[in-house]
Amino acid sequence: MISIDPSEVRVRANRIRCHIVNMICAAGSGHPGGSLSAADIVGALYFGGMRIDPARPDWPDRDRFVLSKGHAAPVLYAALAERGYFPVEDLVSLRKLGSPLQGHPDMNKLKGVEMSTGSLGQGLSVANGMAMAAKIDGKDFRVFVLLGDGELQEGQVWEAAMAAAHYGLDNVTAFVDFNGLQIDGPVTEVMSPLPIADKWLAFGWHVIEIDGHDIEQVFRAIEESRTVEGRPTAVIANTIKGKGVSFMESVVDWHGVAPKEEQRNQALAELTERRPG
Amino acid sequence: MKKIATREAYGQALVALGQENGDVVVLDADLSKSTKTIEFKKVFPERFFDMGIAEANMVGTAAGLAAAGKTPFCSTFAVFATGRTYDQIRQSVAYPQLNVKIAATHAGLTVGEDGASHQSVEDIALMRVLPGMTVFVPADAVEVHGAVAAAARIDGPVYIRLGRFPVPVLHGDDFEFVPGRAVELRQGSDVTIIACGIMVAEALQAAEDLSAEGINATVLNIHTVKPLDEAAITRAARQTGAVVTAEEHSIIGGLGSAVAEVLVENCPVPMVRVGVRDTFGESGKPGELLVKYGLTAADIASAVRAVLKRK
Repeated sequence: MISIDPSEVRVRANRIRCHIVNMICAAGSGHPGGSLSAADIVGALYFGGMRIDPARPDWPDRDRFVLSKGHAAPVLYAALAERGYFPVEDLVSLRKLGSPLQGHPDMNKLKGVEMSTGSLGQGLSVANGMAMAAKIDGKDFRVFVLLGDGELQEGQVWEAAMAAAHYGLDNVTAFVDFNGLQIDGPVTEVMSPLPIADKWLAFGWHVIEIDGHDIEQVFRAIEESRTVEGRPTAVIANTIKGKGVSFMESVVDWHGVAPKEEQRNQALAELTERRPG
Repeated sequence: MKKIATREAYGQALVALGQENGDVVVLDADLSKSTKTIEFKKVFPERFFDMGIAEANMVGTAAGLAAAGKTPFCSTFAVFATGRTYDQIRQSVAYPQLNVKIAATHAGLTVGEDGASHQSVEDIALMRVLPGMTVFVPADAVEVHGAVAAAARIDGPVYIRLGRFPVPVLHGDDFEFVPGRAVELRQGSDVTIIACGIMVAEALQAAEDLSAEGINATVLNIHTVKPLDEAAITRAARQTGAVVTAEEHSIIGGLGSAVAEVLVENCPVPMVRVGVRDTFGESGKPGELLVKYGLTAADIASAVRAVLKRK
């Protein structure tokens, strides 16, 4: 059972959002929209959802998180820093020469990053491999993976979906950050991945649909996925791209553009004003 | 001389490795009977995973297994193992330097009748350009055993190129496979023939034939195309003053290119590359294809005569 108070996680998720806006502004480039849409999911995973220990990033029995949509690196970095893997002050080194905070996650440069990602469609395969290793070794760690909705257009995702069900990887939980937008426009206009839940069901997965901004629903999905036997779990998380910053919400153009300083200040003011607790 | 295909040796080598190393797992993409990974499956079914006809997912899964401490060997035909999966190998294996071994069979033209769609003549080039990738091209069954064992000892990505075509066993059982070390199989003063894979036996034959004409060739067997034994290649070029390379691969980007890169910087000498000349293959018997595409001992000997005129 997850023992942490969801209201504490909401505070953390809000801070993660502030870090995201701040670090992308400092970098002058990056992907705010899809980082902000995933802040509650990733926040819930790093605060209560996963069995992890920041002091032991290489602990063999830890749960793993694979950020398959690697361009959302800021949400991962912010969560890792907030959780104590490294100082939050280092976040502003994002994308700068020599920084461990690469534009897309690099597992060899930053402790806590479980897999180097960035080329879409590959994370679920990797998560499956980790889960298979757990099964071979009789270990009970769980592998969480976060995919984008646009990422579902990559064929490898479905190769991996088939394999996870075939091998009964009930130690895999795949979140789909269903924010509805990709670089060229709405996912339904660019190349519709709909119906999303039906696809995962047809591939033999246990499927849960949630509001991806409701921490309690994210926690319930994580707990439910831990009880499912013989099948992997897909959590279709309905989200809003750019969530938490009024002028970014559901705006396609905020996929991969950094806020200017004035925009950052406005975003931080909004987030601070709405800070829960 | 006894002949055995390197893929046959691969199946046996995997079983031997599996017995001494419990972390070794094997993945295949519906070709286990052809790649011979089925031999491993027979002995260690719990450590064998058929990933179906989905090569990209196979490589990604191997990356995950490696990230969690396993030593995965992935096998399918070379054309798929490197072509269909190039981005997965680049992004999920080479870039994070994960401990994944890509052991690809049916490399080169000697796949034969299946034709160009199945004949990989680019794989060495594709793999060798990746940072941190080790590239083994064993010349015989003995080298396969050495390459498989060495690959398991290397903590990082390794590509092993294997064939379907039976080739002579060149080495005794006492042969020591040292990654990155060229093997001098014959010493001569006139020319150096540098070969890999199935072309090593052809190179030896060419050297033998040339000796009747009074031409003495050094033969270097390069079972490790990367990291390349630059010292041995430079030394041989300096001693003989002329070089011919031979590979069952495109002359663009493969062994010939790798040797040229070394020599142009260290010891420029007249050089000729024997290999596939910027073309795809076609259906035919392996022996017929080697003749048609200029990959025989006679072709190597002709190249030697040509390069000697430029000394």
